Amino acid sequence: MARMKFLCDAERCIECNGCVTACKQENEIPWGVNRRRVVTINDGVPGERSISVACMHCSDAPCMAVCPVDCFYRSEEGVVLHDKDLCIGCGYCFYACPFGAPQFPQAGAFGVRGKMDKCTFCAGGPEKDNSEAEFKKYGRNRLAEGKLPACAEMCATKALLAGDGDTIAEIYRQRVTVRGKGSDVWGWGTAYGRPDAPKQPGAAPAAPGAKS
Amino acid sequence: MMGRLGRWAAIAGSAMAVLMLAGCGERPQVIEYKQGKYQGKPDQAPYAAAPFNGDKAMWERDIKNRTQNQNEYRRIGS
Repeated sequence: MARMKFLCDAERCIECNGCVTACKQENEIPWGVNRRRVVTINDGVPGERSISVACMHCSDAPCMAVCPVDCFYRSEEGVVLHDKDLCIGCGYCFYACPFGAPQFPQAGAFGVRGKMDKCTFCAGGPEKDNSEAEFKKYGRNRLAEGKLPACAEMCATKALLAGDGDTIAEIYRQRVTVRGKGSDVWGWGTAYGRPDAPKQPGAAPAAPGAKS
Repeated sequence: MMGRLGRWAAIAGSAMAVLMLAGCGERPQVIEYKQGKYQGKPDQAPYAAAPFNGDKAMWERDIKNRTQNQNEYRRIGS
């Protein structure tokens, strides 16, 4: 198994917010926290596109680098997770994340930031798999049930793909070949690109037409 | 009379000493940070628990099948 990745096909996303609803329902996310949301690019301009954005589980995750209490870890499958028992809710990860993924539930009457909450790729967290404690803190662990994230599996147009990076890139490549357009993958380069890779004119990107 | 009182005083005294010593058994509350290393609890592999019970190959096969379900060229046929 390589590593788990998300890929959003902007040509297919119809901004139905099905992924957002699926995520909320599956993980029982509290009011005010959105692990996933749909963003419109070039809103109002002809050719505008919508994409579904959440934690991309970056290869070189900036949230991991800036966390002052080192509560982040990367699972064997490349999923970036965190331990809520350690999180102090400082918000550094929010400033570092290029996707605005970390969310902070309002804890208490005075708007004090609670512990950070983000997409877990439906992989739970550092608690016993499929236990009540895991569900309460991190949401459902679908990966331990042999399933993919609810957002991607619920996507009606299959704009949002989740799973092994090589496999979903291959599915996308086939789509682009058949339709002959729309090879841009928003956020793919930012999340999974290699910043140390030499930039050559005409060099093949990480995925077909990857856009940062 | 005094002997009984003395015994009670000795019992109460030893109980008090035990209670006071219980405070010494408290675990340290402050985490010792090791810079750049994950400090939290270890996590299980997704295939460790039921229904896979440690069968990584079976889990990988299941995930691969679910991933291919997103490919309508294969699922429905082109």
